[in-house]
Amino acid sequence: MVTGEHTLQKYDVELEQMRSRILQMGGLAESQFKLAMDAFESADVEKADSAIASDRRLNDLQRDLDSMVNHLIARRQPTAGDLRMIMGVAKAITDLERVGDESAKIGRAAKWLKEKSAGFRMNRIPDLHQSGEIAARMLHRSLDAFARLDGQAAVSIIRDDAGIDDRFRATLRQLVTYMMEDPRSISAAIDTVWVAKAIERVGDHAKNIAEHVIFIAHGADVRHATPEEVERAVSEG
Amino acid sequence: MEVTLKSGATDTIASSGAPVRSKMSIRKLDFYYGKYHALKNVNLDIAEKKVTAFIGPSGCGKSTLLRVFNRMFELYPEQRADGEVMMDGDNLIRSKQDVALIRARIGMVFQKPTPFPMTIFENIAFGVRLFENMSKAQLDERVEWALRKAALWNEVKDKLQQAGTSLSGGQQQRLCIARTIAVKPDVILFDEPCSALDPISTAKIEELIDELKQDYTVAIVTHNMQQAARVSDYTAYMYLGELLEFGETDQIFIKPKKKETEDYITGRFG
Repeated sequence: MVTGEHTLQKYDVELEQMRSRILQMGGLAESQFKLAMDAFESADVEKADSAIASDRRLNDLQRDLDSMVNHLIARRQPTAGDLRMIMGVAKAITDLERVGDESAKIGRAAKWLKEKSAGFRMNRIPDLHQSGEIAARMLHRSLDAFARLDGQAAVSIIRDDAGIDDRFRATLRQLVTYMMEDPRSISAAIDTVWVAKAIERVGDHAKNIAEHVIFIAHGADVRHATPEEVERAVSEG
Repeated sequence: MEVTLKSGATDTIASSGAPVRSKMSIRKLDFYYGKYHALKNVNLDIAEKKVTAFIGPSGCGKSTLLRVFNRMFELYPEQRADGEVMMDGDNLIRSKQDVALIRARIGMVFQKPTPFPMTIFENIAFGVRLFENMSKAQLDERVEWALRKAALWNEVKDKLQQAGTSLSGGQQQRLCIARTIAVKPDVILFDEPCSALDPISTAKIEELIDELKQDYTVAIVTHNMQQAARVSDYTAYMYLGELLEFGETDQIFIKPKKKETEDYITGRFG
């Protein structure tokens, strides 16, 4: 939809640069999140440090992409599909930057837990592990849908977000049980709550990106729509 | 009759508020320059007290369409229109009404400012006298009213007896708008009104168009798509004599329905 065929070829080049840069940012956010989860589950401080550090690269890409967006709006007066692409990218930038923040949070929690929770195996809670996997997969698929502007794929990502939300609640129940059984676990359990919340937020950002894809590809704003409305918007547009 | 076109999935500012009435209904309109078929089965409604913009590449028929509305084409031989341009129950194409009266009801402003070689005052009073008998005081009042409506009064009130041609291009264009308004038309047609003007004069005319729609129905032809996006409530995209897409301006510029429209407004037109 976006690449190619503008009479003004420089416009094409700029749009393509923006598109490939956001995908680069997406790839980086995805690997940072996986690294942070790995650091948390394997209690690996070195990996945790590396996940925290790579947040800075995402911040640089965020600034870089923001200035590309400003340039395109100021210089090209985008309309229709171009406008929707640029608006979608502008929003996805924020989502990906937040994924970076959440991953850094997980990295920091991994380090604290390593210090505090010698006896507690909070990083082995199955629901937590599963929601991390689902969030990583959602993020990957949302970026894939973004690259191909695939509205149908975006619909299924939006549907999957409920799975993470359910597991987040299950994790909380389990952590509360830990804390009641053994008050010495409270500090570590609270750190783990932050991890669970961060994973849940990454799922939300992946869902947001999927919603941006639908806006770009179908021109429909599905941010506060029911699943049925989302499906209708995609099949009609 | 209500204009039936609604926006697509995107909510627009234009879609809120009171229902829109149709001022002119164009149905099955065909137009010929001799043998050349310049407009092909055009159907649309021009909404009352709204701005409707016509965009499309050169030669697509947008100016031709405007010239049909007030029977401007009749000035030339070999030009022929078929179909309906209904306004207030009268088909303007077949109307027995005096064309001068039609053109007073449907005024037109052209690409280049066309002040008469007269004083500023006379430029406006001339048309008014053709249609109405009024006292000197009434005429003075009407001239001031029209110049105020056209946002020109403050700039010319002390030099009404100077030649209209002594004004700057942007002022001349507003003078022509004042002249059009002075005879109290229902509809004002703008044919590329800003293409000979600098950006500040252009902004003044655009601001004026926005004010004019409180009292008048406005149709504007423009090559400048951003201008159509800025000033209009509805946009019509024409290509090779056909009306390809018509809708609320936000819908056309955010989510056009047809690929041809998208290609044109995003600058992919080869």
